[in-house]
Amino acid sequence: MSQAAAAVQTDTHAEHHEELSFLYKYILPVDHKIIGMQYIFTGMIMAIIGGYFAYAFRMQLAFPGELVPLYGLVGPGEYNMLVTNHGTIMIFWVAMPVLIAGFGNYLIPLMIGCDDMVFPRLNRLSYQIFLVSALVLIASFFVRGGGFGGAWTSYPPLSSVAEYSLTDWGASLWILAVALEFVSFLLGGINFVTTSMNARAPGMKMLDIPIAVWFIVVAVILFMASVGPLVAGAVMLFMDQRIGTTFFLPSGGGDPLLWQHLFWFFGHPEVYVVLLPTLGIVAEIITVFSRKKLFGYRTVLYTAFATGGLSFVVWAHHQFIAGIDPRMANVFTVTTVLISIPLAEMMFSYIATLYGGSIELKTPMLWALSFIAAFLIGGVTGIYLGASAMDVYFHDSYFVLAHFHYTFFPITIIGMFAALTYWFPKMFGRMMNETLGKIHFWGTFIPFNCIFLPLFFLGLAGQHRRIYNYEHFPDLATQELQNIRIFATVSLVVMLIFQLVFIYNFFVSMFKGKKAPNNPWNANTLEWTIPSPPQHGNFKDLPTVYRGPYEYSVPGREKDYWPQNEPPEEN
Amino acid sequence: MSMHGPIATHRSATGVPSGRLAIWWLLASEIFIFGGLVTCFVLFKLNGTPGFEDASLTSTAAGAINTFVLLTSSLSIVLAHAAIEKGDRVKSFRYIWYTIGGGVVFLGIKTYEYTGKIIHGHVITENLFWSFYYTMTGLHALHVIGGMVIMALISFDIRKGHNYQRVELIGIYWHFVDLVWIFLFPLLYIANF
Repeated sequence: MSQAAAAVQTDTHAEHHEELSFLYKYILPVDHKIIGMQYIFTGMIMAIIGGYFAYAFRMQLAFPGELVPLYGLVGPGEYNMLVTNHGTIMIFWVAMPVLIAGFGNYLIPLMIGCDDMVFPRLNRLSYQIFLVSALVLIASFFVRGGGFGGAWTSYPPLSSVAEYSLTDWGASLWILAVALEFVSFLLGGINFVTTSMNARAPGMKMLDIPIAVWFIVVAVILFMASVGPLVAGAVMLFMDQRIGTTFFLPSGGGDPLLWQHLFWFFGHPEVYVVLLPTLGIVAEIITVFSRKKLFGYRTVLYTAFATGGLSFVVWAHHQFIAGIDPRMANVFTVTTVLISIPLAEMMFSYIATLYGGSIELKTPMLWALSFIAAFLIGGVTGIYLGASAMDVYFHDSYFVLAHFHYTFFPITIIGMFAALTYWFPKMFGRMMNETLGKIHFWGTFIPFNCIFLPLFFLGLAGQHRRIYNYEHFPDLATQELQNIRIFATVSLVVMLIFQLVFIYNFFVSMFKGKKAPNNPWNANTLEWTIPSPPQHGNFKDLPTVYRGPYEYSVPGREKDYWPQNEPPEEN
Repeated sequence: MSMHGPIATHRSATGVPSGRLAIWWLLASEIFIFGGLVTCFVLFKLNGTPGFEDASLTSTAAGAINTFVLLTSSLSIVLAHAAIEKGDRVKSFRYIWYTIGGGVVFLGIKTYEYTGKIIHGHVITENLFWSFYYTMTGLHALHVIGGMVIMALISFDIRKGHNYQRVELIGIYWHFVDLVWIFLFPLLYIANF
């Protein structure tokens, strides 16, 4: 209690009312909310670029050799560049900035009840480095030779020798952009972890922290522990490209497999780095919209720790046919299948949360439920791929591609829309249009399945990926298979068109939507106890926390929610 | 910008000041960067990659002197911390600059070594050993330079009476730079496994 009093005292002491100029408010902000939105908007712009690239190369696959409307002709080199940068952008410049940096920045201080990040200026710096990294990546599309086309995994020797990749500068700018992005997220991550550890509201115990914050923190720690070797690898690859060392070149005694190990030692935990924030977002949404306590808070948390720990020992399942020792493949098969246990447990906890709840199918809830449904398909197909014997056949086929997109599309796109529709009222002080929201939801979710379900069948039929024109392969150039490709591409176009509904809804609601009350969803977490949008400094009086975040429908209470900062009633 | 900064900066739910917590997390992530490089080096060496016998050509004496210099500079940053704890700004300022001096000597010896190797044709592209040698010591040297610059900034800051806690933070970082060298020195100069 004395702690709380002290906090309130310091608050009133430090309160300041000066108006910040436009430059310091929006261009060079230290306010975590504005920085969060900078990340989210940058990520959304990059998502448009990534989606445009997907459109261009899917059109080439469906209608090979024809002019793609709004793009032009897609040549083989250009096809590689589009595929590579689609993957790179969607993971490093959409999933990470929006889910971790964007919502992490916006939510952590609000949800743990303080006025800002612990290091606001470090926060600003990390966004600025991120912005530079995005610009470097975009610049790489326009240099001589074009953008890098060696796949987002960037395997040497293809990526390290200009004569092989044919993108002398594109490859180097690509690796530079990725490395800068890592630096930005390392700085941001240090800030996130420190803030969550140290700046919690008085009374907020470890197990009172909302799952969304917990999972972002776990994700950041996973990132920090996995990206280091790849930073070293990026330096080595860059030197192979520009100085002429041979770290990854067999001709000079190096080892191309080493890069694969460094890359996937990061690359597999990375899956969980972006998955966990979305799982956290989904946990917040399903509890609010089913008016129930999260089933097994501790279990959910411990499964996240277990997943995180196991994610460090599964990486070689990406390399089953890369020439690793088959005995090692056995070990990695076991660990890979093991990791599905904690995740399945978490999924069951979420489904158990829904069981018997008063479910309200608002737009955010639709996104959250569709995440669970779609991610289950992604997870289950992963078990096929984790078994090394089956992977020998499936490797580098469209089965892998479909599996991957059944995990990453729910994580990135569905997770992003779930979070945006849920926190929109808090961010902009206005409600989004429900009807348009639902049209956009179904217009995204149905085409999403129409794009990727057929690709499983293409993969089973033996369609290898990273081929820009299947007409050159008699077995794969049949009309049946081509029809599937056309179906998937048309579905993609339909899905992209429906995004216009979202953009319209987003911007019109931002300025003309119905005014949002403080707590439109009757949620418990601290960000809903203050006006929408929150003022600079967030809380007028910094809150004290009395209970966990998921006390919904508590028996014997009049209201079916119980905000974390509401003092217990005196009897 | 207000002098106080946000309230968040001054909170400490763990009991550890945020600055110290953050520097430990920074070092944790650095461990993985250097750890990745060192692991790659050791694996290549254990695989008997040709060229690694060149480890015998590095100057163990120069490496040993550098180890001594760097460890001594760590002592002086500890003394700087001890001085600022007692509020002695002048003494702390002086010890910080001794530490920076140690860094200068270290880099000087490093430059001498590099020059000697390059004159004899052992450039970064000669073989994998030299690639690792220049990459690892180069990355380490960049950390030394970065530490020296930040230390200089801190020294002027504390002379004006601000941010005393930063002496401790840069000290923790400097010890880490030291520790990395403790791994690099035997790997690149002594080991013959």
